[in-house]
Amino acid sequence: MAGIAKEYKTVTEIVGPLMIVEGVEGVTYGELADIRLQDGSMRRGRVLEVSGDRAVVQVFEGTSGLSPQDVKVKFLAKGMELGVSMEMLGRVFDGFGRPIDEGPAIIPEKYLNVNGSPMNPFARDYPNEFIQTGISTIDLLNTLVRGQKLPLFSGSGLPHSRLAVQIARQAKVLKTGEKFAVVFAAMGITFEEAEFFIADFRRTGAIERSVVFVNLADDPPIERIALPRMALTAAEYLAFEKDMHVLVIMTDITNYCEALREISAARREVPGRRGYPGYLYTDLSTIYERAGRIKGKKGSITQIPVLTMPEDDKTHPIPDLTGYITEGQIIIHRGLNARGIYPPVDVLPSLSRLKDKGIGDGKTREDHADLMNQLYSAYARGKNAKELAVVLGESALSETDLLFVKFADTFEDRFVRQGEDENRPIEESMRIGWELLSMLPKGELKRVRDKYIEKYLPKG
Amino acid sequence: MNEVKGEVIKVSGPLVIARGLTGARMYEMVRVGEGRLFGEIIEIKGDSYSIQVYEETEGIGPGQPVWRTGEPLSVELGPGLIRSIYDGVQRPLDKLSYDFGEYIVRGAERPALDRSIKWEFNPVAKEGDRVEPGDVLGTVKESNLVIHKIMVPPGIWGIIKKIGPLTGNVDEVIAVIEGEGILHDITMVQRWPVRQPRPVKRKVVPVEPMVTGQRVIDMFFPITKGGTACVPGPFGSGKTVVQHQLAKWADAQIVVYVGCGERGNEMTDVLMEFPHLKDPASGEPLMERTVLVANTSNMPVAAREASVFTGIAIAEYYRDMGYSVALMADSTSRWAEAMREISGRLEEMPGEEGYPAYLGSRIASFYERAGSVVCLGSDERKGAITVIGAVSPPGGDLSEPVVQATLRVVKVFWGLDDKLAFSRHFPAINWLTSYSLYQDVVDEHADTRFEGQWSRNRKQAMEILQREAELEELVRLVGVDALPHEDRLLLQAAKMIREDFLHQNAFDDIDTCTSIEKQYRLLRLILHYYDRIKKAFKDGATLVALTGLEVLDDIARAKLIPEDDLEQFSIIEKRIDNSIVSLTW
Ligand SMILES: Nc1ncnc2c1ncn2[C@@H]1O[C@H](COP(=O)(O)OP(=O)(O)OP(=O)(O)O)[C@@H](O)[C@H]1O
Ligand SMILES: [Mg+2]
Repeated sequence: MAGIAKEYKTVTEIVGPLMIVEGVEGVTYGELADIRLQDGSMRRGRVLEVSGDRAVVQVFEGTSGLSPQDVKVKFLAKGMELGVSMEMLGRVFDGFGRPIDEGPAIIPEKYLNVNGSPMNPFARDYPNEFIQTGISTIDLLNTLVRGQKLPLFSGSGLPHSRLAVQIARQAKVLKTGEKFAVVFAAMGITFEEAEFFIADFRRTGAIERSVVFVNLADDPPIERIALPRMALTAAEYLAFEKDMHVLVIMTDITNYCEALREISAARREVPGRRGYPGYLYTDLSTIYERAGRIKGKKGSITQIPVLTMPEDDKTHPIPDLTGYITEGQIIIHRGLNARGIYPPVDVLPSLSRLKDKGIGDGKTREDHADLMNQLYSAYARGKNAKELAVVLGESALSETDLLFVKFADTFEDRFVRQGEDENRPIEESMRIGWELLSMLPKGELKRVRDKYIEKYLPKG
Repeated sequence: MNEVKGEVIKVSGPLVIARGLTGARMYEMVRVGEGRLFGEIIEIKGDSYSIQVYEETEGIGPGQPVWRTGEPLSVELGPGLIRSIYDGVQRPLDKLSYDFGEYIVRGAERPALDRSIKWEFNPVAKEGDRVEPGDVLGTVKESNLVIHKIMVPPGIWGIIKKIGPLTGNVDEVIAVIEGEGILHDITMVQRWPVRQPRPVKRKVVPVEPMVTGQRVIDMFFPITKGGTACVPGPFGSGKTVVQHQLAKWADAQIVVYVGCGERGNEMTDVLMEFPHLKDPASGEPLMERTVLVANTSNMPVAAREASVFTGIAIAEYYRDMGYSVALMADSTSRWAEAMREISGRLEEMPGEEGYPAYLGSRIASFYERAGSVVCLGSDERKGAITVIGAVSPPGGDLSEPVVQATLRVVKVFWGLDDKLAFSRHFPAINWLTSYSLYQDVVDEHADTRFEGQWSRNRKQAMEILQREAELEELVRLVGVDALPHEDRLLLQAAKMIREDFLHQNAFDDIDTCTSIEKQYRLLRLILHYYDRIKKAFKDGATLVALTGLEVLDDIARAKLIPEDDLEQFSIIEKRIDNSIVSLTW
């Protein structure tokens, strides 16, 4: 729109994070607004609804301290954008993409609308390249592939951040000569947690190839709605314009959803389950579906969203709707953590839905699928037997079942447990796996083909 | 295009309210804003028209223009549908990707049927023939599997004035029909409003089984050509895999797969896999009979609402040719959520959990478009649409409104169970809670083929499974050792039915699809074993010996016996007999 945009002093209502501006002209849906306070400070807003000359504006920094009389609103005739450039690597930004690390301003190569556009399903390429995270429970049993979205379902007080950092540090593909980047999106986490990530990136030098967006627990909650979109816009730029393989870590999705609920409540929308808006699924999908690969492009976006399940409840709307969109989930288990096992990955309910396309001969090793199935079923049987023993006493277990119980314990101790700095190559994870299987009678190894038993099972 | 122009007065997400669209009707398509975004009128109050917009509405605001089109949301029907992938309002995603790039940009438009393809039209009717709606004028070879019938469109009666063989694109006039003094040019393409069911002569009760190659379905909870089924289950329980399996192996002639508000990668999976998989009946690639509608979760929600109608209108068109069509919708919950979102924006009075009060009737009217029919046209040909809808209830809770509304109309319920999925028993269809109201008609077919044994075996197997469920309670309390030996034999048989019959690996080349013949023999094999050990036990064999037979491995591997080597089943049966004889000696 030509000319200098008009400044409106016609705010008539402030409700929660929302502001109603009346008498507006030419305002459009989704448009960005500058809000100037009397003391000269500025806030950012976005038009959520416009009806006649009345606009509903969501204020990202929140409305505290605002009064209808002394704010001026200017509409910017554009949606929310992020200026992108390769210089973003190594830098730290707030939820709007403004540097907060005392470095110089970024000179953007161009501006991109942060809402992105949906990827055409026809243009997608299927994720099938193995990513080695160096973590046995993931690599061998819940394999991550490039372009996948695989969340960590955790609970408060569990070491999901340590695990996420370890994945970010260790993740690589078994090919050389490729460019990597990490985009880290922190939403409503504590200063300490954010610092933990950033310090680790610095310590390992990973910061050089990272772009960090931070909104802390005491930062404006509504900013959390913009933040993941900023981060994913940066990721798309790096992946599909600069040929990089980008790992996006987003934590904590629960805080994002709460911000969304706050807006929805302020708009008096009919709430869905637990007060979350009915469009939570759709909204989350516009974040998660930005993972993927594109035919004919070198780069990729792999997402590891982290969410803390309220009361460890998997049926809570946030993990539930996430699970309906992502391609599996890694579940962090309180019991394992309490027993001092790190990383406390609960193998049985965890699942990578894309694992089958990323493993086997030429990708990992020929015996991967068989070994995975056998470990899984042996562990499941051992856990079952343990449960039974709790009810009926150990004497009710057969000789073989007792072996499986022992297997399950050793599995947790040797296979699940590993050091925070221990980067296990897939061969090593497989070696441990086979070694564990040698605890069991050969006749019980029904899920692995004889030729693999011949070849890989330790003798003697 | 009609030049009546209105103006936007309100924008709230996908909902736009306009005024000044004089004469516009419900469900008329309009174009919104300078970018001419697609929209559809869904409510009229005086001079206020509520429009759901099929594209992202950022940048739309009051004062911007809205144009009428005079036409309801319609699909183009004609040769070229097969092998296509469309979005929810039938925009060809392949063409959009070639011309506009990897992301779907707003206002992008391409004809649904490719005008650059020349089709060879072969008339079957002649000049002078008197024809009525549905009569076949000629055929076009649309793919290696589909002969596309060009039919007289609904509403046209008369005498053929001109018809002849020709090669041209779908807009070519292939016949001229004179009716009531009017000359109608007939092309290879019809337009049809998606929300309106295509007419048929009459509906008939579906009686023919649709074989899916999935053992738990065909044997225990079968579906018919023209039937309706739903697949509810929590996330990760296997809804999409079931839908994909049916799209691959069901013996339908045409498959319409609607990805409604689900993952992009799942559509890519279909697109990459189907051209390489062979239809077991014809040996041709499965893509040769498939139409895809993909409106993924991140694509505009109003187009998601339309996508199931787009899919079913395409399905009806092929049904009208006399084909049996299978339509999969994954997931109808996302469709219902789209309705809920639009309804909320319209500020309608919410029903249960915020869904609109008309949720039930919408779901019912969608499933009612399934069925077995006598098609329009004078030859009384029959066609059918089978509809299989996935339902994704929050937290897996089946008492929620979408599941409940669906169960009121569908005849088959394949309930996916997270405990089964959790223990990696796939397909995780719960055999105790699922049901099929088509069982009797399917039994009739199968029993004729297998001399009454089909239903007898199934009933016996189901009794074993039900008894197992009762015994399990007991085992949990007292341990398996406390059970009488007969019951322990039964538990063994039940386990075999579960693991060696019901469990079916979708990703194994052989296991993925099992013929009816093989299903029959596989179940018979297990029951044969059970009968023999029961008898041997009475004759004095020990439990340990009976449940440790080597032949058990053969039975466990029997599901991997290739279809062209079913004689192996007889060999294993003999082996069972022999090893048991050696025990009771
Ligand atoms: N028949 C099967 N054989 C082998 N594996 C299966 C089978 N069915 C499901 N699975 C496994 O379960 C996983 C989840 O299945 P699927 O994607 O169909 O779930 P869903 O119910 O559609 O979940 P969502 O609601 O999240 O879309 C698959 O990725 C696969 O690993
Ligand atoms: Mg699914």
